[in-house]
Amino acid sequence: MKNQDNSHSPIGRQGAGFNRRSFLKSSALAGGGMMLSFSWFSTAKAAEKMQVLNLPEQWSELTGYIKITPDNVIKILCPNPEFGQNVMTSLPMIIAEELDADWKNVVVEIGPHDNVKLGPQFTGGSNSVRSYWKPLRNAGASARQMLIEAAAQTWGVPAGEITTKAGVLAHSSGKSAKYGEMAAKAAGVTVPKDVKLKTPKDFSVVRKSKKNVEGQKIVTGKPLFGMDYRADGMLIAMIQHPPAFGMRLKSFDATAAQKMPGIKEVFSFKLYDDGFEQGGFDTRTFNELIAVVGTTTWEVMNARKKLIVQWEPTGDLKETISGRGGKREVTVPGRLETTGSQFEMMAEHAKKPAQQLRKDGDPETAFKNAAQIIERTYNAPFLAHNCMEPMNFFAHVTEDKAVVAGPLQAPGLVEPTLSKLLNLPADKIEIQMTRMGGGFGRRAYGSYVYEAARISQKVKAPIKLMYTREDDMTYGIYRPMYTATYRAALDANKNLIGFHVKGGGIPENPVHANRFPAGAVDNYLAEGWEIPSNVTIGAFRAPRSNFNAAAEQSFLDEVAEAMGKDPIQLRLELLKKAKENPVGKNNDYDANRYIGVLELLKEKSGWGKPENAGKKRGVAAYFCHASYAGHVVDMVMRDGQPYVESVTSAIDCGVVVNPDAARNMVQGAVVDGIGQSFYGALTHKDGAAEQNNFHNYRMIRHNEAPKKIEVHFVENDIDPTGLGEPPFPPVFGAVANALFKTTGKRYYNQPFGKDITIPKS
Amino acid sequence: MAKYNLKINGKIRPVDLDPSTPILWVLRDHLNMPGTKFGCGMAQCGACTIHLNGQAVRSCVLPVSAIGKQEITTIEGISANGDHPVQKAWLEHDVAQCGYCQSGQIMSAVALLKTMAAANRPNPSDADIDAAMSGNICRCGTYLRIKEAIKSAAGPLTETSDRPNGGTKK
Repeated sequence: MKNQDNSHSPIGRQGAGFNRRSFLKSSALAGGGMMLSFSWFSTAKAAEKMQVLNLPEQWSELTGYIKITPDNVIKILCPNPEFGQNVMTSLPMIIAEELDADWKNVVVEIGPHDNVKLGPQFTGGSNSVRSYWKPLRNAGASARQMLIEAAAQTWGVPAGEITTKAGVLAHSSGKSAKYGEMAAKAAGVTVPKDVKLKTPKDFSVVRKSKKNVEGQKIVTGKPLFGMDYRADGMLIAMIQHPPAFGMRLKSFDATAAQKMPGIKEVFSFKLYDDGFEQGGFDTRTFNELIAVVGTTTWEVMNARKKLIVQWEPTGDLKETISGRGGKREVTVPGRLETTGSQFEMMAEHAKKPAQQLRKDGDPETAFKNAAQIIERTYNAPFLAHNCMEPMNFFAHVTEDKAVVAGPLQAPGLVEPTLSKLLNLPADKIEIQMTRMGGGFGRRAYGSYVYEAARISQKVKAPIKLMYTREDDMTYGIYRPMYTATYRAALDANKNLIGFHVKGGGIPENPVHANRFPAGAVDNYLAEGWEIPSNVTIGAFRAPRSNFNAAAEQSFLDEVAEAMGKDPIQLRLELLKKAKENPVGKNNDYDANRYIGVLELLKEKSGWGKPENAGKKRGVAAYFCHASYAGHVVDMVMRDGQPYVESVTSAIDCGVVVNPDAARNMVQGAVVDGIGQSFYGALTHKDGAAEQNNFHNYRMIRHNEAPKKIEVHFVENDIDPTGLGEPPFPPVFGAVANALFKTTGKRYYNQPFGKDITIPKS
Repeated sequence: MAKYNLKINGKIRPVDLDPSTPILWVLRDHLNMPGTKFGCGMAQCGACTIHLNGQAVRSCVLPVSAIGKQEITTIEGISANGDHPVQKAWLEHDVAQCGYCQSGQIMSAVALLKTMAAANRPNPSDADIDAAMSGNICRCGTYLRIKEAIKSAAGPLTETSDRPNGGTKK
């Protein structure tokens, strides 16, 4: 399949009683009005859904809700959790478009967790808009058709003569009605089997910027986030986790802690029982934890400091993993890792034979016959997600049910594990989704939900588990450490005749073997390897891509230099080959769209124009999550340090649902990319994270952000592809290439900021 | 434990608690005012920014015992109807992504503009904004929009009662 990114696709609950029979239901609301539940697949093919999410077929029974009241309020439930990607605005816009609703009358609420009615509800993998695009359009169009039918019956005119606009039904006879007036009747109309969707030229809501529907609540400090969640009788809980990866609890003395004011209970507990089969997103960083439970946060924080704990090495551990690759036993090594030796271990491992991921032509001969070989190695450290809102979750577990609430990207992945841990059927588990103070992949891993549930179960009370920043940063689930060696073979005429990438990491191989420049080089080899570790890792905004784009895109810059070519021109020439005469099969990307983004970027940045000749510019472009993104970064020296002054970005993500919010997200990705590439690093000494808060983990700040980020979208009518992640990875490469222009030195090791050498002027 | 009568957003709020308790937790846990956010607990991220006598301070490291008669203002108190010029500018520029840091960003911005107005220089430069705002981390990277919003709020702000010393519009 083309255009997919399955690197962290969720494997959900299978065989959980879902069936594929599509249905569409409508019912009357108490007090009049209509409520419509929709199958989102009466026109969209389930297969298209599969392609995006790679879900088992049982997931295809998807429904959503629209409610219309007699006083013309249209309530739309947003199925997906919101972590700043603005789905609470963009997903309802898609329904409103086909419904022909007046956006002013639309009220949005986050839906309950209900994978049967509301679909996968997975925020991650840049999936939200692209997976819900057709189902939500279909939902809106069906509701519109039912309202038309109700008006036709009421007025005694053919349905085909009725038009809709901005929430008003009208007929040429002069009759008109607001949706609310027809809603109760529409609820009794037979749900249409097939509805016609608009052609993009007729869009009036989609492609018109709408403000964040929660903007007012955000700027007035209303309780929206998990941290803000309260319930009657709720206690505060914190955990004490081991100080290092590879360490575990040996014994503890809680006498002093228990005597502290406000403290109810101090105890140790196991996250998973021995032999527990972990799902694909169930991380096991520290399996035995100490919980401190009390009345208020400050009291619990202080009591926790009074714990006297003995820790011991875990030694090698066996874990049973199910999901994401099938049931298997894995051995987690017990060694206490230190960053210097982690890099040495990777360098050593890189010399060994690796798994061949793709081979085209005869790369061995190409390299043997090469007139020139360029070989460069790139390295990157672990990164902590550092969501502004530290991990937290509310849980109230009783004998017959569990209510949990908080910030979570993937409620559907957490529910089956909660069900097993608590020994409760799934329908006795209620997961409420709060707004998330950032996610970036971190909140797809719900171990903190399980911890909260375990603690509530033990203390028999509603609790809110809160991580401090230190707990959050030192807990793991990091972006993996990566390394990759790239080699290019040039013939005597400086033609690129061979390309080789061999990448590995702790504990994950970064290589996407079927991405550009695969397909554009006759002789191509991709290899990968992995080193197991006890440092837990997880998806981090554009997993693997966020390293590959840095490495590959700065390598291509160097190859272009060696070939005497402009870096954009080299990419365009390679893509032309991939388009007209592709090498090999299964090339993930669409060369046309890739070319389109580069050409837009070239035009909008004035690349190669005389007026920009004096600028220190770097360029990079990348494909991931089915979209194409490129940046030109202009760097300046200020107070003896290099800063990114301005950025021009070009993106092809198909139809842009909410343009201004989309620009915001791209600008954010650029800022994030600059920050991570300059400063991001989570290092270890003897298993312990060496950074634990923002005084020693440097984050990009106001004064380091670019002054200008111009975002340009390729205009086309392609169904939306990903946007949250695609603009992020190429930032790293563009920054590296601009740094070369600014300092005269190539940067191979992230974060670049740690060894920037300033040229003598 | 000790008793305090805190003046918060113009109202007297009695509390009885451990004198070392940071104002952040007094607000969040004891007074059910969750607009002020917890981000780092060591005055490094600015999510917990409040005003103490109009000055921006980090409430996560400010013990209740240090307040005395000083007036506290929180995000819930900068306007009666959520219509402070800075709040309006934030909406106009659609600044927020996840939104978690924005209470703190807004509190720092309001304090900056008050200070600028008081100094008869109501329109902050990029450097003024960087200096006043760099203690506030935005993990989503909305810095450009924050800067634009502050600049656009600077004009209207000088025409409101927020203007202590009669700053003039550019």
